[in-house]
Amino acid sequence: MGDKKMLIMNISILSSALLLQFLAGTVMADEGSTAISAGDTGWLLTSSALVLAMIIPGLALFYGGMVRDKNVLSTMMYSFISVCMVSVVWVLWGYTIAFGTDVGGIVGSFEFLGSAGVGPEAFPGTAVPHLAFMVFQLMFAAITVALISGAIAERMKFMGYVLFAVLWVTLIYAPLAHWVWGGGWLGELGALDFAGGTVVHISSGVAALAAALVLGKRHGFGSEKMAPHNLPFTVVGASLLWVGWFGFNAGSALAADGVAAGAFVATQVATSAGVLGWLVVEWMKSGKPTVLGGASGAIAGLVAITPAAGFVGPIASILIGFGAGVFCYLAVVWKAKFGYDDALDVLAIHGIGGTWGAIATGLFASVGATGLFFGNPGQVLIQAVGVGATWVFSFVGTFIILKVLDMVMGLRVGRDEEIVGLDLSEHSERAYT
Amino acid sequence: MKLVTAIIKPFKLDEVKDALTEAGIQGMTVSEVKGFGRQKGHKETYRGTEYQIDFVPKVKIELAVADSMEEKVMETLRTAAKTGSIGDGKIFVSDLNSVIRIRTGETGEGAL
Repeated sequence: MGDKKMLIMNISILSSALLLQFLAGTVMADEGSTAISAGDTGWLLTSSALVLAMIIPGLALFYGGMVRDKNVLSTMMYSFISVCMVSVVWVLWGYTIAFGTDVGGIVGSFEFLGSAGVGPEAFPGTAVPHLAFMVFQLMFAAITVALISGAIAERMKFMGYVLFAVLWVTLIYAPLAHWVWGGGWLGELGALDFAGGTVVHISSGVAALAAALVLGKRHGFGSEKMAPHNLPFTVVGASLLWVGWFGFNAGSALAADGVAAGAFVATQVATSAGVLGWLVVEWMKSGKPTVLGGASGAIAGLVAITPAAGFVGPIASILIGFGAGVFCYLAVVWKAKFGYDDALDVLAIHGIGGTWGAIATGLFASVGATGLFFGNPGQVLIQAVGVGATWVFSFVGTFIILKVLDMVMGLRVGRDEEIVGLDLSEHSERAYT
Repeated sequence: MKLVTAIIKPFKLDEVKDALTEAGIQGMTVSEVKGFGRQKGHKETYRGTEYQIDFVPKVKIELAVADSMEEKVMETLRTAAKTGSIGDGKIFVSDLNSVIRIRTGETGEGAL
């Protein structure tokens, strides 16, 4: 490994065409492209920062606005601390579990433990530094954990959440990312997930369901008014998520190229259609188009286009986004019949939107892959396997992690603390004085 | 002396204040309050979940006036605060036993 790196570095120093050709036969065949592209690297680093902006401030505002005013700080802090915990875990051991050399299709080896061997040289198959790829993936892991916090908002102990973040990213996210993107069995099977429909959205949405079930309902759920305390926060947050999502989806091309442009267009169109889908069905069913509905429809559209972004054209994007708006609205309304308290509808939007997106990718894929409508019916089946595996793995895994944590330390704040609000009881602060 | 308490629609406050000032009122106290009358509350919907909001935001105006002003104040309030739709509010009048101006110690109508 060390010798290979030396050779790769020598390329730029010597830059001899002959030597390049010679290396191409020996090292490059093994390592893929070795030249770093300034354009690709610039775009990937920008994308990484955009994905961070999705979490803080985007998701923090989106979620913070939807809770009651006594829990807004605590809710924003879940997103904030997710970034910090996952960043540290990722460079220590998360990345190598996800992207180390495949071991049995299930996990990565420990070759990158402590980020050893992750340097400025090109990541295999790309023209971006390995470090840039790692930090881009770090942001994905961070947002996935932060998304789950919407389910447990207004009642989970801060310490419990911190430990949960460490365990979940290690035991659930990293292996799942390996299955799909790190050379694991789902990727080998041919499952398509351009930017994380299964890895990020189904996994967080289903984990949210498990978390809502383990933690139980908020005190006063169903009898007290639990309306959002600041919808402008939520609209600003949703809008930031939308902007940042270009890094998420178009960045997943790992290059500044035509695929990135296609994913960019698909993202813009599907998100707009998601808003329209949600508003139309909401208007028909409840009489008014709501602003929170518009913001939610945007997220639904973004979630659904995520696995498909690089594989579909603009027209398919409209259908995928519009469908997401409709399905996620119905999932939110149907939630009431089941009685679990997924406080901010993570399952209904990310779980259901992600599932629809993953299946829709198998239907509409036409760019660089083919789906059912373009003559490859088998793709839908493969997508369904990916969806099913993610649902089961994330649900069971999350359930076990939280049950163990609950037995060891107790995950919920006390009844009085909950009534006072977590801002004061967990952080000794108030948002509005 | 009379204590006039009016509960009105919040967006009517400026009109009411201007009309009362024109009618010769020297001061008033205003508070933001919540309550319900025959209007009852309203419904709010968030992601398909409906909440019945029982207490509607209103503005409460309190005025201490001389007996001679009572009728004029009532009429001014009624005209300025009226929209004609349900929820316009109410005016309550009660006898006021005594008034003291804190700075000077004056009492009675001279303190108003």
